[in-house]
Amino acid sequence: MYPETYRYTKEHEWILVEGDAATVGLTFYAQKEMGDIVYVDLPKPGDPVAQAKAMGSVESVKAVVDIYAPASGEVTAVNEDLSSTPEKLNEDPHGEAWLVKIRLADPKEVEGLMTSAEYQQYLEKPEPEA
Amino acid sequence: MIKKVRSHIVQNEPLLFERSSPGKRGYQLPALDVPAVDASAEIGPENVRADIEGFPEVSEVEIIRHYTRLSTYNYAIDLGLYPLGSCTMKYNPRINEAAARVEGLAWAHPYQPEELSQGAMEIMAHLEAVLAEITGMDAVSLQPAAGAHGEMAGILLIRALLESQGNPRKKILIPDSAHGTNPATAAIAGYAVENVKSSTRGTIDVEALQQAVNEDVAALMVTNPNTLGVFEQDIGRIVGILHEKGAQVYMDGANMNALTGIVRPGDFGIDVMHLNLHKTFSTPHGGGGPGAGPVAVKSHLEPFLPVPRLRRGEEGWRFEYGRPQSIGRVRAFYGNFGVLVRALAYILAMGGEGLKRATLDAILNATYIRKKLEGHYELPHKAPTMHECVFSDARQAKRGVRTMDIAKRLIDYGFHPYTVSFPLIVPGALMIEPTETESKLELDFFIDAMISIAAEVEENPEHVLKAPHSTRTSRVDEATAARKPIVRWRPESPGGA
Amino acid sequence: MSLRYLPKSELERGEMLTACGMHSAEELYQHLPPEVLLDRPLNLKPGKSEYEVLEYFQRRGEEMAKGLPSFLGAGAYYHYRPVMVDTVVSRGEFLTAYTPYQAEISQGVLTTIFEFQTMICQLTGMDAANASMYDGSTSVPEAAMMALRLTGRRRVLVARTVHPEYREVLRSYAHHQGVEVVEFGFDPETGAVDIQDVERKITPETAAVIYQSPNFFGVVEQASALGELAREKGALLISVFTEAVSLGLLQPPAEADIIVGELQSFAIPPSFGGPYAGVIATREKYIRQLPGRLAGQSKDSRGNRAFCLTLSTREQHIRREKATSNICTNQALVALMASVFMAVYGRQGLRELAGQNVAKARYLASRVPRRFTGPFFNEFVAAPGSLAPEAVNASLLERGIVGGLPLGRYYPELDGCMLLCATEMSRRQDMDQVAEAFAGR
Repeated sequence: MYPETYRYTKEHEWILVEGDAATVGLTFYAQKEMGDIVYVDLPKPGDPVAQAKAMGSVESVKAVVDIYAPASGEVTAVNEDLSSTPEKLNEDPHGEAWLVKIRLADPKEVEGLMTSAEYQQYLEKPEPEA
Repeated sequence: MIKKVRSHIVQNEPLLFERSSPGKRGYQLPALDVPAVDASAEIGPENVRADIEGFPEVSEVEIIRHYTRLSTYNYAIDLGLYPLGSCTMKYNPRINEAAARVEGLAWAHPYQPEELSQGAMEIMAHLEAVLAEITGMDAVSLQPAAGAHGEMAGILLIRALLESQGNPRKKILIPDSAHGTNPATAAIAGYAVENVKSSTRGTIDVEALQQAVNEDVAALMVTNPNTLGVFEQDIGRIVGILHEKGAQVYMDGANMNALTGIVRPGDFGIDVMHLNLHKTFSTPHGGGGPGAGPVAVKSHLEPFLPVPRLRRGEEGWRFEYGRPQSIGRVRAFYGNFGVLVRALAYILAMGGEGLKRATLDAILNATYIRKKLEGHYELPHKAPTMHECVFSDARQAKRGVRTMDIAKRLIDYGFHPYTVSFPLIVPGALMIEPTETESKLELDFFIDAMISIAAEVEENPEHVLKAPHSTRTSRVDEATAARKPIVRWRPESPGGA
Repeated sequence: MSLRYLPKSELERGEMLTACGMHSAEELYQHLPPEVLLDRPLNLKPGKSEYEVLEYFQRRGEEMAKGLPSFLGAGAYYHYRPVMVDTVVSRGEFLTAYTPYQAEISQGVLTTIFEFQTMICQLTGMDAANASMYDGSTSVPEAAMMALRLTGRRRVLVARTVHPEYREVLRSYAHHQGVEVVEFGFDPETGAVDIQDVERKITPETAAVIYQSPNFFGVVEQASALGELAREKGALLISVFTEAVSLGLLQPPAEADIIVGELQSFAIPPSFGGPYAGVIATREKYIRQLPGRLAGQSKDSRGNRAFCLTLSTREQHIRREKATSNICTNQALVALMASVFMAVYGRQGLRELAGQNVAKARYLASRVPRRFTGPFFNEFVAAPGSLAPEAVNASLLERGIVGGLPLGRYYPELDGCMLLCATEMSRRQDMDQVAEAFAGR
């Protein structure tokens, strides 16, 4: 369910790193919690993003959730398909419905994120809020 | 089992545009008593349109049938219990409508001379006075057009007061149980919002509040009783904490139906509040408006109230405009006058004792529902109920049935649902406000329906999940509506009648 | 005490209290802190009978300018209200319904809102219109805030020919948000906007240029030059109307990004200033920044066309402090009045009605001195010359006629002028009386 090659955030984003390039998406858990996703608001190519800072939002019929950047860098590509077919986020969140691609400022940042096993453990027992 | 409803025929009805045919008409104008003119020549051909493309062309007969048929697709208070929590859906007396249509009032132009407007001004002054008495406040402005608009006026008043003292301050504290309009209003008034957590009792955590209040805090926005229907027992201390730091206390008066005649916000230290005349004072909701949201203040905020103010002169009422400290206008003219007339008609009909009796009946109805349902639904907060009670879907959720599903099933039993998933501090909330309007019989039908649904959830959750079954329209696909918004009819638009 | 709105006998109250484990109604609130309880009855008169209540308001109605012909306009207009309008809005199913959150049992309201939105789009030439706002005056700052969000700028330009009270409301909203509101003037000859003044004042920081047409002086504005200036600077063009009947005849501005207005002219009683209904219409690309309720078309689970509220994530109950507006209600019942009016007059009728307004106003204008030369719809500024507007009005009142609005209070440079409005309801003999009064006869 949660690919081993991805790293995960507590806010339920995933990131796949290949050199200094990375792909970012929303986890299966996140889309399931939200229900039918109806709109995705993403940054533009060239925009800077900072780790743990909001870079966009996802909307269901009755909720809005911010998307946080799992790592800092610059947006190099945006999944344009999601503007016309946001429902893909419900169908294939770990694949076709990736959100953005980022050129990483510091690939080491990603090491602090959860592995697949850690994330699944986290889903079962999230830490209490600070 | 279902005591209130049985199925019957409901007619289909196309849209006005689908009924149109060239040349059909629903009007006839009188003959002109002045020379006709060529508008194109008078105003300039470039300024004149050739057509209003797509605009309806229907006859009078079709218009009355169109709207009459559509009306039958609606639920309404006139049809039965409408237990939306926080909305105070009470009976809308028809005398209110007759009063608002009195010719001299309905046809009054806002700019007609003051000497020819004394009746309307007297009505406004009268209403200001009775609302001040009911709230225990010193002055009232009737200008705001709705509750959220009254909130905005109220927060701007606080800002103006603090500015006059040299520092408008930075933030507004808002309990996490508050209505969404509260934080939205604070933001519009230029303030940052800081949430205050509720205690396990569901009321404001006084210790946490004490920690949060400092010289950056402009005000606390409090709803009392709060959205759980629970009175803030510590309101005296809460007000003291804010005042000690020079901050103000704003009260969202949405729940005034729990207090009228027994408690006055002015007496427990509130500085400014709004009232929803369309809730507490019986003016019709009309499918979403119009309402009116008068704002009531203590005397230290009076100089800042919107212009114009009513003043009594030797020759009667007049409007005073020159008020240098005023926040200015929040609306053109003087407010939703027609709604003010209706509210005053209600207050005159009820009298002081009647208003108090209505409050007691509203609390009795909510307490009765709570008592009868607490064995069937989870009651997360046990503090005594005022005008509304809040259950959670915790027990039903175990069977995969959530508050929205229960709400939809309630429709099959002939009731409008309660408020779903609010307040946010109760996960899966069922927020029930019956108001004083309901008879014991209607309440018992409702209670039977809720108990029956709780049993259905155990026996046949699938049936509840697919509800409503008996309505003309079944569950609407809101996701598609939001993904590909179609917000106007077009000739080629998909989906037939 | 009035019991007619309270459907319980004392016997039933007793049964319910017993069921709650209580003995008296006072027990219902005995948990409240004693120091907050009101220790006396409210100081209000005893409840009145229906007859007495109605009589009170009828008496107040007699203290008004009841039944007098009037030449007032300025944001509130006297148009005939078809009987059908009150027939429809008096139906309890419309009158006593709440906001249509539960789509399955609210298709009546939702369908009428969808039709309303459509008709406003057809009138304004826009792609999307909201389900209505409080009124025209509050729609202007809401549209301005929309432009601020869309452009990320903090400055708006507004014409002095926009209704003075609308501008006051705009300033109240803008002041506390640190938004700069700059006014531009009008041409003293034509009464239309002074385009050079716009050119001087527009900057790359300008989020929106706001003008009204027909403007406060009744003059029909030319949007094209304003649109060009706005486009050059990346600002949005916001067009305001207060006289909705003009839309029957006037070409809606294709240059506008947002059109906002007041629908009082569409069978909404003047009612001393409210309740009215405003509306905001815009282009499809801006729809997510549109404040207020929106009804959308979808299907139900059986595949039938159905309507529901949509794009709710813009709104306060979900986005809270990040919402597009704090607005919670629309003015559904008032918008329904406007809808019924639009259906009654329809495609031909609204044009004809607007044409009659032009004819009546031309007749009146032909008999009194006009202040401006710009083309006008159904109101215009008149200059009585040696007579003060107040004197003209006093003379008219002696004949049982309410005159026009003296403008000195709003425009010091127009002291001595008054705004006159004629609609399809203005009778020729009353207009002749206005001419007589202007002539000092």
